[in-house]
Amino acid sequence: MSTSISDTTLPRSIWFLRGVRAAFSLPGLILVSSFVGFAALAKDAGVTVAQAAFMTGIVWALPSMVVLVGAIVSGVALPAAMFAVTLSAIRLMPMVMALVPEMRADRTRPWVLYLLSHFVAVTSWVLAMERLKHIPRDKRTIFYAGLGGMLVTANIIVVVTFYAVADALPFAISAALLMLTPMYFLTSLWGSARERAGHMAMAFGVGLGPLFHVLLPQFDLLAAGLVGGTAAYGWHLWRRRVHAA
Amino acid sequence: MSYFSSGTWWWPYLFILAAGFAATDVWRFLGVYLGGKLSEDSDLLVLVRTMATALVAAVIGNLIVFPGGALAHTSLVLRIAAAALGFAAYLVSGKRMVAGIVVAELLLVAGLYLRL
Repeated sequence: MSTSISDTTLPRSIWFLRGVRAAFSLPGLILVSSFVGFAALAKDAGVTVAQAAFMTGIVWALPSMVVLVGAIVSGVALPAAMFAVTLSAIRLMPMVMALVPEMRADRTRPWVLYLLSHFVAVTSWVLAMERLKHIPRDKRTIFYAGLGGMLVTANIIVVVTFYAVADALPFAISAALLMLTPMYFLTSLWGSARERAGHMAMAFGVGLGPLFHVLLPQFDLLAAGLVGGTAAYGWHLWRRRVHAA
Repeated sequence: MSYFSSGTWWWPYLFILAAGFAATDVWRFLGVYLGGKLSEDSDLLVLVRTMATALVAAVIGNLIVFPGGALAHTSLVLRIAAAALGFAAYLVSGKRMVAGIVVAELLLVAGLYLRL
């Protein structure tokens, strides 16, 4: 989509609809597939369809939702669940920090940015960082509202639909659906890592998660995050010193 | 109090609001507030990112090694092989997510039909 002079005079509704259309993309399709997997995961955990739909709209970050369902399954108390999800969602902050300067125009009101930040998750962020630079600056917030709103709405529908049919699916399909989420995370997380330390953190985390699941069942994610993250950060500092020397 | 520990209809929603909504949107709001103020390359942010990445990676590891539902009835070797070869396909194809996902899924389903 390229910007021409006439584009800047188009009404706001057209830019909203262009944002909606931008959601129909390959990353959008992969995201939808992963939410199919989430519907199966939530049903398996004993979360009702209404709760799963509510979670989709109100949390809107698939890794955090999977951590939340994991905490629900292991029966941890609210503060422990909150702590684990809070830690899993930290990565949203640098993503939003990177997106805001792209999206803000001179007259953008702060509340609009706070509202739109709820739509930030891996998929909408990747699409926005790619497309926003081709959108007239004063139409970027409305474009992102269309993009984010469409992704959230579509995936709530997907969760409700597949929750209903999850039990009727053949065994191989159910197993394949549950495999979608880890593969989507594995590839998108690797691709979005900003520095080599991120790849090290991934390698540590994938190994430490199952290990701590056996050793410290209630705190497996937290322990893997703290230990794996610190180890990767240590590696980052060590490598920088080696390069500087 | 855990998710299922109360018989009231609203408790799970409150649980999701506190442990889901508040726990994620606090970072989004902080991101808007700090947007442009903090350098993205600061050391503190690097540590924050590696911890967050390791935590999500731990989720991936657990979903593959200790899955739920139908996936729990497949063999561990098959799941790890499918994920590892799928990830290799992702890297070899020049980081194409579709390649990684399709290869892993095809291997998993093929393995199930061959009863591996």
